[in-house]
Amino acid sequence: MLAVRDRADRAAFAQLFAHFAPRVKAFLMKGGTPAAEAEDHAQEVMTTLWHKADLFDPARASVATWVFTIARNRRIDAIRRARRPEPEDLPWGPAPEPDPADMLALAQDSARLGDALRALPEAQRSLVERAYWGEESQTEIAAATGLPLGTIKSRIRLALDRLRHEMKAT
Amino acid sequence: MPLDLKSRGTAISHHPTDALMMEYAAGTLPEGFALVVATHISMCDECRARLHAFEAVGGALLDSAPTCEMGEGALARVMAGLDARPARSPAPVAPQSRPQPRPPARPRGLLPEPLAGYVGGGIGSVRWKPLGLGVRTAVIPTGGSATARLLYIPAGESVPDHGHRGRELTLVLQGAFADAEGRFGPGDIECAGTEVEHTPVAEPGQDCICLAATDALLRFRALIPRLAQPLFRI
Ligand SMILES: [Zn+2]
Ligand SMILES: [Zn+2]
Repeated sequence: MLAVRDRADRAAFAQLFAHFAPRVKAFLMKGGTPAAEAEDHAQEVMTTLWHKADLFDPARASVATWVFTIARNRRIDAIRRARRPEPEDLPWGPAPEPDPADMLALAQDSARLGDALRALPEAQRSLVERAYWGEESQTEIAAATGLPLGTIKSRIRLALDRLRHEMKAT
Repeated sequence: MPLDLKSRGTAISHHPTDALMMEYAAGTLPEGFALVVATHISMCDECRARLHAFEAVGGALLDSAPTCEMGEGALARVMAGLDARPARSPAPVAPQSRPQPRPPARPRGLLPEPLAGYVGGGIGSVRWKPLGLGVRTAVIPTGGSATARLLYIPAGESVPDHGHRGRELTLVLQGAFADAEGRFGPGDIECAGTEVEHTPVAEPGQDCICLAATDALLRFRALIPRLAQPLFRI
C-alpha cells in the first residue's frame, strides 16, 4: 500500500486488487447487493483506494481497515443512497511521517485481532459478521435468524469481551 | 488500536453503547442516530479511539472474509481507468515521529460538525417551534427511519414525562439535564430503550440544548403533549 501511496506503483496496486476486490465484492453481496452491481462497486472501491492513497496513514489504520471504511461508505452512498455524518476532523490535520514503531504496533495489533476473531466460537463470530456485513440492525438480525434479541445482544457482547481480553493479553 | 481506553480525564461520563458504536462503524445505523453518534465523537476523544477499534474489527473481518471472484478483465478495466497519479510529494520538513501536541481547540460555536452542517449554520440559524413552558424543538432533516431534532429546555424546566416505543439517543450540547438514569452534561449521551420512562429536567442556571434522535414516536402520559406530538413529530 505504501508503494501505491508514495510511488503510484501499479504492480503493487494489482496485488492489492487481487487480495481485496474479491473480498469487497463478497462483502457487498452478503449485504444483499446483486453480483453484477457488487462487481461494479468493488471496482469503484479499488479506484477510490488509488485516488485517495494520499490519505492512507499506516499508523492509524491497517490497509484492510482502510479498505473496509471505503467499502462501507460506498455501500451507504451508492447503494443505500443515504448520507453518512462523519465526525469532525482532528485539528492537527494529517500526521507527518509516521513512527515505524507505531506502524509495527498497529500491524501486530491487527494480526492479533484477526486471530482473535477467527478463534471466536462460531455462534458469536457469525453474529458479529452479520452485524458488519448486513444492512441489518440487531432487531432485523433477530427476525432473520429466529434468535431472540436478548440472545443476539449477549452473544455479540461475549464476542467483544473476548476480543478485548485477547487484545489486552500481551 | 486499543479496544479499551481509559477515560482521559474528560468531563464526559456517558458514552454510546458498544452496540451503537458497532452499528455506526459498520454503517448500518439510520442517519438520524448516526448524526448523534458522529456529533458525540467530535466532542469525545475516547469514542474516537473506540470508533477506530470498531472499524478495525470490520477490517479484520474483511481481511479474513470469503472471496467472490471478480469478473474477467476487471483488473485491466480498473487499471485502464486510473489517472497517472503523480508520485507523492516529499513529506514536509521537520519530520516528527509523534503527532504534535493538540493545539488549543478551535473556538467553535455550540454546534460541532457534523451537526452544524445539517443545521446549516450556528445555533442562531435554528428555526424553533414552541412546545409549551418555554420548551422548543426543531426537526433536523435526515433520511432513514430515525428522526433527529434539537431540543431547547429552559433552565429548571422539564420535558414532559414519556416512555419510548423504540430507541432514543439524547446528546447534551449545552447545560445539563437529570432524570432517573443520572445526570447528563455537555457531551454526555443518554441511550434510552423501551424500558426507560423518564422526565428529563434541565438543571437550574443554564438553559439546556440537546440533540435527540428516535426511531419511534414517544409515548407521552399527559394529554397536551399527545396533541402536540403529531404536529411536531417528536
Ligand atoms: Zn464518548
Ligand atoms: Zn426520552
